[in-house]
Amino acid sequence: MSTTPIAVARPPIADPVAEGVARGWRVIDGASLVGDQQLGCDVVIVGTGAGGGIAADLLTRAGLDVVLVEEGPLKSSRDFRMREADAYPQLYWDAASRKTHDKAISILQGRAVGGSTTVNWTSSFRTPPATLAVWRERFGLEDLTEAALAPAFEQVERRLGITPWSVAPNENNALLQRGAAALGIATAAIRRNVRDCWNLGYCGMGCPTNAKQSMLVTCIPDALGRGARLFTRLRAERVAFVGNRADHLVCAALRDDGLTSSGATLTVRARHVVLAGGAINTPGILLRSEAPDPYERLGRRTFLHPTTVSAARMAQRVDGHAGAPQSVFSDHFLDSQPIDGPLGFKLEAPPLHPVLFATTLHGFGAQHATLMREFNRTHVLLALLRDGFHTDSPGGRVLLDGARPVLDYPLTAAVWDGVRRSLLAMAEIQFAAGAQQVYPVHELAEGYTSFSAAKAAIAALPMKPLLTRIVSAHVMGGCGMAASERKGVTNVRGRHHQIENLSVFDGSLFPTSVGANPQLSIYGLVTRLAQQLASEMTGKPATPLG
Amino acid sequence: MQRRTLLKAGLFGGGALLVAGGALRLLGGDTESAATGAAARRVLDAVMPAMLAGTLPEDPAARARALGAGRERTLATIAALPPAVRRELGQLFTLLDSRAGSWLAGLDDWDMATPQAVSRALQSWRVHRFALLQTAYHALHDLVLGPWYADPSTWDAIGYPGPITL
Repeated sequence: MSTTPIAVARPPIADPVAEGVARGWRVIDGASLVGDQQLGCDVVIVGTGAGGGIAADLLTRAGLDVVLVEEGPLKSSRDFRMREADAYPQLYWDAASRKTHDKAISILQGRAVGGSTTVNWTSSFRTPPATLAVWRERFGLEDLTEAALAPAFEQVERRLGITPWSVAPNENNALLQRGAAALGIATAAIRRNVRDCWNLGYCGMGCPTNAKQSMLVTCIPDALGRGARLFTRLRAERVAFVGNRADHLVCAALRDDGLTSSGATLTVRARHVVLAGGAINTPGILLRSEAPDPYERLGRRTFLHPTTVSAARMAQRVDGHAGAPQSVFSDHFLDSQPIDGPLGFKLEAPPLHPVLFATTLHGFGAQHATLMREFNRTHVLLALLRDGFHTDSPGGRVLLDGARPVLDYPLTAAVWDGVRRSLLAMAEIQFAAGAQQVYPVHELAEGYTSFSAAKAAIAALPMKPLLTRIVSAHVMGGCGMAASERKGVTNVRGRHHQIENLSVFDGSLFPTSVGANPQLSIYGLVTRLAQQLASEMTGKPATPLG
Repeated sequence: MQRRTLLKAGLFGGGALLVAGGALRLLGGDTESAATGAAARRVLDAVMPAMLAGTLPEDPAARARALGAGRERTLATIAALPPAVRRELGQLFTLLDSRAGSWLAGLDDWDMATPQAVSRALQSWRVHRFALLQTAYHALHDLVLGPWYADPSTWDAIGYPGPITL
């Protein structure tokens, strides 16, 4: 097994984004705008991540005039230097330190052209059938069957190179495989959206070789090549309504710092408005716009896959910074219990880089320094809890703090029960894989040298916000789909129940969490919805993704 | 220590926070720039030797240089955060730097505090029943340790080779 890329002479890495800009793509930096400007188009799309990217591709393919509005900057492979110090402030919300209202959960969310797809870890799963069944049964989304979604998933998988990852996993992922196998727990290989991947391990800092088939190097370039206009560093402030229609979108240009408003504005009049800023920002825009919300659904039922962390010291080198970050998973703890019973969890092994690891790890001073010195021998597992199915797991609520959307996510007894079981399961797997010491990431936890010691300690740890480390990279819901306007913000076509020409095309559509890394669920669902919209707006059958 | 014990016992705890909040309002001013101003520097200079114990050079001059560089990295990190987050951090540093803040830390003042005394304060906040102090601990944890390990000068100590050259 090797995690080191083979050293062969390679040609210089091309930067397709920089080349496109040089060829004359219509990309306008919001920081260059002055005064108050106006423009018109067929469709304005807010956000350029998984939802906005797919929508821009399909709508321009149908011949529609599309304007994309992105709050983050346009950065591409030439800027991706595999350094956390550059990547986090440039490419993530709040420099990768976005937090829930009470600061108890840290949230990783992309903020750049390509959205979170520019910085995600490439894990690609179709929406689990059990999740779709709940959406049909509880939310009346009869159309969302596996068979109905399959054509959309097939198009996306072809377009984004999503195939089984056949390279041997790095040691961090192999440990999940071996530990689970020793306990009779099934694991499988994660499919990834990559082509000619160098197996470097820096997906989270922007792919430096353009191997990752993010929206930044696939659908967005396709849309720009067909004449779409892309505004970067432009914040969508609010949608203005006339009766039950969206009339125009008001945007505030940012300064060169990419953070503060310059005072310049852009007003976009469009036949149709698509919101794809991600769960938190999309409900935030609708809240700022005072969108109709007769049944108080907006911003509610926002989910996170609350994620727990377990670190282990191994005898051997793990080098968790090198090699594909997530390549092995286990759904054993999702599949072995009812979906609406005690919260199940998905197990994965994340990349380890100094800043992300140092800030996630609990403790300080000598205790922290000791664990940091074992960086290369440290193995880490994550457990992603499936929230939104159990009656005591209603998720959180997006609220406005001034103009800024903030997620209030109360951690309920049902979630804490899952947290405790997940820490126990991870410790058991890590010891089975040969761990010398296991550290559940909790302020009161120590390093345990046997599973029996860890088991006793985990049973006794108080499960409370700010003591137990909870993280998330998957924000979902807040504009949930439901057949009835009493149960959701949007309908089965992603259309706002009260505003006829406004669609939500991002992870905020999901009525529960997905129960798997959400990027492919967003791609697939939005492929279907954007094709429906394109067909409706043009009167012609929609073309598939190329 | 006696004040901290009282705080722990909860006799004056609620009152301390009210006083702190009031002091914060009285201090007023531009809290956004306070996130990287003199108060932030004083608090960071006191907190960093405790937070980073076990990673710092033994030689006093090298240690001072490392701490100074680390503090500047932390301030640069804060400066790149959105205004709303800077405002919150400005309020936090203004509070911690006030008399109420050093009282909450069980210190006479930050300038004269030993790393051992600061370490005791951090340990107390880390598990404190007041969410305000717990979040203060977490903010300091992330703001000191993140930028510290972002710099290649700290990678040797943890055996991180850094990214390969493409």
